[in-house]
Amino acid sequence: MPTSKAVSHLVVVGGSLAGLRAIGAARKAGFSGELTLIGAEPHLPYDRPPLSKVFLDTLDLGVAPLSTTFHDEAHLRDELGVSLRLGTPVSGLDLDAREVQLADRAIRYDHLVIATGADARRLPGSHGLAGVHTLRSVDDARAIRGALDAGARTVVIGAGFIGSEVAASARKRGLDVTIIEALPVPLSRAVGDELGPMVARLHGRNGTTLICGVTVEALVGSTRVEGVALSDGRVLAADLVVVGIGAVPTTGWLEGSGLALNDGVVCDATLSTGHPGVYAAGDVARWHNPLFDRSQRLEHWTSAAEQGAAAGRNAISPAQAKPYSTVPYFWSDWYDARIQFVGIPDADEVRIVEGDPERDPRWVGLYRSGDRITGALAVNGQSVIMKYRAMIGRQTSFREAIEFGQRRQLSPT
Amino acid sequence: MKIVVDRTKCTGLGICESIAPDHFEVDDSGDLVLLNEDITDDERATIEEAVESCPTSALSLHA
Repeated sequence: MPTSKAVSHLVVVGGSLAGLRAIGAARKAGFSGELTLIGAEPHLPYDRPPLSKVFLDTLDLGVAPLSTTFHDEAHLRDELGVSLRLGTPVSGLDLDAREVQLADRAIRYDHLVIATGADARRLPGSHGLAGVHTLRSVDDARAIRGALDAGARTVVIGAGFIGSEVAASARKRGLDVTIIEALPVPLSRAVGDELGPMVARLHGRNGTTLICGVTVEALVGSTRVEGVALSDGRVLAADLVVVGIGAVPTTGWLEGSGLALNDGVVCDATLSTGHPGVYAAGDVARWHNPLFDRSQRLEHWTSAAEQGAAAGRNAISPAQAKPYSTVPYFWSDWYDARIQFVGIPDADEVRIVEGDPERDPRWVGLYRSGDRITGALAVNGQSVIMKYRAMIGRQTSFREAIEFGQRRQLSPT
Repeated sequence: MKIVVDRTKCTGLGICESIAPDHFEVDDSGDLVLLNEDITDDERATIEEAVESCPTSALSLHA
């Protein structure tokens, strides 16, 4: 063991996708120092997208849902040389001492990647009421699975993607499902006011009731939820209430640390916080995306993976740090439809280039800002979505993108 | 080196197409088409990136 000059230590806070990718990328880039991964959850790093999709599907009696764990402990320890500290929430960060504070001790870092993710926003007044769940962790997903297995009358609060996926899973099982959305238009933040309602029509077509512009007055029930009282006076009977009203970046432990916080940890284009050795990645990071020249915080699988890798590489060699630039991409699976979105949803104009959202299972809409294509939404349009993503990345003109779409409409592959 | 797709895992999310459009393309039915399964040494880093970026771990490289 070296005694005089200690080896360099990369600490990653956050044991999910971004944190795991930071570790993998640092090792791949030749980092031979000490590696510590700190995770608040007791579980080994696992994948989250399946939790609101296939994880909720019906299984034969006695069959457990497939594990979404990325690697076993031996792989992390022996192949990647990681010291794991799971089930360990962090309580603070001391930038001067270069220490991450845990409940019982502090861990010194030379390089730090903050990847603590986001916490599901909770409904006020839902604490301690059985049958009310958010969906973020595998434990949440197990609880929701159990309720669906028991045939729960399901109310989903929030018509976003996670809530919609849970609703679709419940409908697949033939259960009664209602979605309550406070805003007049569903999915407006994710895909814009024009196409949000068109995507949301999938619910009605598949037998899910969607009620917009109504808020939750109260949850009914003393120890276990029995219903949801709405602002229009209705009370919906419910055995399971899933709250999908967004997520807040997990930055509480960084308050007062000196890091700039603004709906996330503020970073430059290289994911650096501006403090020596300290980078951020994933849902918790608000960084400058050079491609759109704007500050963004994304909660997508793809950006968490890519930012994790970029932050890991940049943290160990800040002198060679490269900017991270991306065309945001997310997908969602509802009923038999795959929904894919690339780019940014605020636009000067949105135009449907393929299909008719009113009746066709497959349709595609494009988003224009100025004279550029800046976004694309596809429902069952897997064969074109990545071509539009490439066009957005190349800053292609809207006219060219429209022409491409019209050609595809005439002669699909 | 050859690219191998595990069809039981692939769901056509298309991130590989985004990274290496000369090798991967998702068709109208949502299935991944390998345009070119053999890769040269020059292409290897890009294809490795595509393999690592797959959300369903459906891709691998074999000698």
